[in-house]
Amino acid sequence: MANPGIADNQFLETELNVSAKRTETLFRILFMVMAGLLILPVLIILTTLLVKGSSIISFDFLFTSPTDGMTAGGIFPALLGTVWLVGVALIISVPVGVAAAVYLSEYAPDNWFTRAINLAIINLAGVPSIVHALFGVGAFVIFFGFGTSILAASMTLAVMTLPVVIVATRESLQAVPQAFREACWNMGATRWQTIRRVVLPNSVSGILTGVILEVSRTTGETAPIMFTGAAFFIPVLPESVFDQTMALSLHLFVVSTQVPNVPEALPYGVALVLISMVLLMNSASIALRMHLRGKKKW
Amino acid sequence: MVSAVQEMDQLTRVQNPADPANRVKLEVRDVAIRYGSSIAISEINLEVRKNEIFGIIGPSNAGKTSFLKAINRMNDFDSGMSVEGEILFDGTDIRDVRNVYALRNRIGVVFPLPVGLPLTVYENVAFVPRLRGIGDKAELDVIVERCLTRAALWDEVKDRLNSLGSLLSGGQQQRLTIARALSQEPELLMLDEFSIAVDPVTTMRIEDVLKELKPEMSIILVTNLVQQARRLADRTAFFLDGECVEIGETDDLFSGRVKDARTTDYIEGRFG
Repeated sequence: MANPGIADNQFLETELNVSAKRTETLFRILFMVMAGLLILPVLIILTTLLVKGSSIISFDFLFTSPTDGMTAGGIFPALLGTVWLVGVALIISVPVGVAAAVYLSEYAPDNWFTRAINLAIINLAGVPSIVHALFGVGAFVIFFGFGTSILAASMTLAVMTLPVVIVATRESLQAVPQAFREACWNMGATRWQTIRRVVLPNSVSGILTGVILEVSRTTGETAPIMFTGAAFFIPVLPESVFDQTMALSLHLFVVSTQVPNVPEALPYGVALVLISMVLLMNSASIALRMHLRGKKKW
Repeated sequence: MVSAVQEMDQLTRVQNPADPANRVKLEVRDVAIRYGSSIAISEINLEVRKNEIFGIIGPSNAGKTSFLKAINRMNDFDSGMSVEGEILFDGTDIRDVRNVYALRNRIGVVFPLPVGLPLTVYENVAFVPRLRGIGDKAELDVIVERCLTRAALWDEVKDRLNSLGSLLSGGQQQRLTIARALSQEPELLMLDEFSIAVDPVTTMRIEDVLKELKPEMSIILVTNLVQQARRLADRTAFFLDGECVEIGETDDLFSGRVKDARTTDYIEGRFG
């Protein structure tokens, strides 16, 4: 230790250092509070629903029909209807969306046509759901003559969620390194052989994640289905895609605002079931993603 | 336009080895490669003979990789890349080959960084045979073992054929890509700086493999190691800034019998 005094002096805080450190702390806390605020709405929604709605949840609530002008009984037709709507929407949107994404990611040259498609996807994602609803009425209910039915409602939902499927699929396809494709092409594989044997098997996790996110989003949609296939109250369960159906999201709207003398717990219970379905699927999506990421092959 | 029958005929005909024209595997005439307005290769003329190792040396950015891409017609899949001039494979202009997949199938490529496909070791090597419609397990087993053996990898991986190819070490992966290229039964094998990610011992093993393969195919060896070209290549070309400065017998180039002083400068490490 030759000259400790001088060494210490070199690192003395100046006025400038002190104020920089103070500002640093201030901003760090500010940003953290903003990020932390995000938790609040989630907590409030979940606790409110749990406190006010959980008392009504029971096996009978889930698996019987509403009675007494929807002021009592269960929600089974709505629950089943939501499963129908989402299921049929998936059957339509997944093949179309995945195929479109494969084209855009693997085949499309950079020209006006591709740019037009990309622009269409962005715009499709930005169309408000009520506009999708009216489009669905015009196109599927009236023009194609499906009437107000599960088919018309699901197609409306499918059109609305296509951008989600396309974007998620395209992103997971593009996460597969280009070098794999070039290695295959250099060996004389066609684009499709490359896609089928190397690209798709390695992007399944991303595609599935996108699909599950689509499901959870579709589950909660109300506007697109209320004019196209979901009904206020139907005494029978749907038997084919050409029937109308009840749906959880619309049922929640109805029991909250349209029906007098509903016990307070009922709408909260419906909302709790709805949000549980969504959270369950989101969790499944996260779990699946983590599982498949663990199996990553490069 | 050449008919499909003629095309197949030209690609598969049995050639008379006595005819000097038949000793040429690949002929490159006035080839220029552009990416938009920037020129990667200008006016290259060379030929690659049968059963020779043709070395290409030169600093980075000399257009060596672009040249290999053009031979495999990868510009078909790269709209920004344009190729002019003639490239004759067994006397057929590759632009006239309508079935580009068959052309690429006859040409094996090994990249600088080993690209083990995200498949098992076995499936990496069985990939091309499967594309060719071979589904019989016993037949595939034979091909996989033969190719891995020739690439000097069999002994190291025979107990883990079903583990992922991408989990092998860098040197093993590079030999895996060579085994994969051999599964194509290529007539021309192109190696692009294969030793960049490979340790010296493995490099020497791969060099031995190449010497063994020479009697069966033509090999283009692009390398940034001039000594590697000296060890392996029968003839060597020196590329610089998209230009082919010199082509000659490797012995001549390395003993100072050059036409252009820049060749000696590069070989002796005065630039590049």
